[in-house]
Amino acid sequence: MIIEERELETIDVYVNVGPQHPATHGVFRMVLRVDGELVVDLEPVIGYLHRGAEKLSENCDYRQALAFQDRTEYLAQFNAELCYVIAVEKLMGLEVPERAEYIRVILTELNRIASHLMFMGAFSADLGVFGTLFMYAFRERERMLDLFEEISGDRMMYSYFRVGGLAWDVPENFVERTRWMVKEARQGIADIDGLLTENEVFLARTRGIGTITAEQAIDWGFSGPMLRASGVRHDLRRAEPYSIYDRLEFDIPVGDRGDVYDRYMVRLEEMRQSARIIDQCLDQMPEDGPIVAPDLKRVLRPPAGEVYMRAENPRGEYGIYLVSKGADKPYRLKIRSPSFCHLAALRDMTIGHYLADAVLILGSVDIVLCEVDR
Amino acid sequence: MLGLFKALGTTLSVIVRKPVTLQYPAVHKELPHRTRGFPVLLWDFEVLEPFCTGCQVCARYCPSECMSVTMKDNPLHADGKSKRRKIVDKFYLDYGRCMRCNICVEVCNFDAIVLNNSWSGHEVSRYDRRDLVNDLEALLAKSKEGSLTNPFREPLGMAHSGWSPKPRGEKAEAE
Repeated sequence: MIIEERELETIDVYVNVGPQHPATHGVFRMVLRVDGELVVDLEPVIGYLHRGAEKLSENCDYRQALAFQDRTEYLAQFNAELCYVIAVEKLMGLEVPERAEYIRVILTELNRIASHLMFMGAFSADLGVFGTLFMYAFRERERMLDLFEEISGDRMMYSYFRVGGLAWDVPENFVERTRWMVKEARQGIADIDGLLTENEVFLARTRGIGTITAEQAIDWGFSGPMLRASGVRHDLRRAEPYSIYDRLEFDIPVGDRGDVYDRYMVRLEEMRQSARIIDQCLDQMPEDGPIVAPDLKRVLRPPAGEVYMRAENPRGEYGIYLVSKGADKPYRLKIRSPSFCHLAALRDMTIGHYLADAVLILGSVDIVLCEVDR
Repeated sequence: MLGLFKALGTTLSVIVRKPVTLQYPAVHKELPHRTRGFPVLLWDFEVLEPFCTGCQVCARYCPSECMSVTMKDNPLHADGKSKRRKIVDKFYLDYGRCMRCNICVEVCNFDAIVLNNSWSGHEVSRYDRRDLVNDLEALLAKSKEGSLTNPFREPLGMAHSGWSPKPRGEKAEAE
């Protein structure tokens, strides 16, 4: 009898995923304790990509510190830059010209689509549909990066928004080109929609996985699509309008179950809403005009004070807390990153699911590790 | 089952579309005019000396501190050939540290440094990272051989210079 009992005895196995693992979207490490195929415990380990962006910014002046924003949030650089420049403008009390505001919002929303496309590609690769959807998403994203390159000069690290406006004006056929690209992007979104949304295999993999209720989501400090997927209708562009978002019409998509499928659906719908915002902006945008605030000094010295600016990024609430002592360098720059809060809840989301779904849940969070570790 | 067939239909409809890819090492994409490659120094063909006076403003404003510059008295100025009283003596720029943020170009008072907007500004891989540290000769080489006809160098907040690259020879007019 005793021998038989020993044969039935099972032990939990530790599975280490990462830091060098394609499913972790960067250098993130998960230590999973699995009972058979079920995840019993999960420990997220972060810090592999810490570069001290906040501290480095304190040694740089306000123009230089902008460059670190691109590198912190490397999938939605324009959004991060926008948050930073608005924070400094608030501190200085600068008025930004109308045209610059519109161009900023157009680029920000395009970047939101590009970031969500990246999510679609990476997420589907986690699902196991590598090749097809990854390539569809990247085809569209690459067009946007081409446009960004033609505007700002770089494919990823734009440094294009400046405190008080923009670095340069957009090229001549920007409006027509953007219109064409939004049309193409809509086609690309429709492709993704057709491939995944009603696909039974996809539904079977994603429905009821990684569920987070609305209360839990608020407790964990969720924001952005993760929060909206749980059914909380909260969008900073609507709740606390910055830039020109109060003039624009858009819907806030929400999910009802808070599972992986809802997160996918919310992001898919958000891309369509972003395209809608861009269309409105292109219609309303002034034809010509200045793009930099007129009385801009070469060296920026904001008056002493502090400001917290938060903006709706593709991943959630991106916040910049800035303290100035009147010098040309920020006294303190703190970045509030959405992915950090989402990762904290990873354990709660994953426990009780299969090991294969753990990768899926991590993918649905849409993490940017640079932003988590800063 | 319907969703599966819809997905298959989507893939079938994409098959007939034109490919968007380029065979990169064989075919180079045309780079936009504003492309930011790695920084290079410009050569003044009129006086046959670099535009750079070694004032170190770029080195001071560089966020990644990738440059070091020294200045010397200009021998050509003593002969009366050049208007520049001082000229760059040594210029070291580490491409391994540079993050192509364009700040050095914006702060330069003499329009001496630009970001190389051709493919030669991108394809700079080396086998040893110490080879990425460029001295004055290496930085001036591109401009000296005349391949840098069309650098992008707009002042902050100025009007754009058009979607397509400027025609050749306009650089000479601008300077």
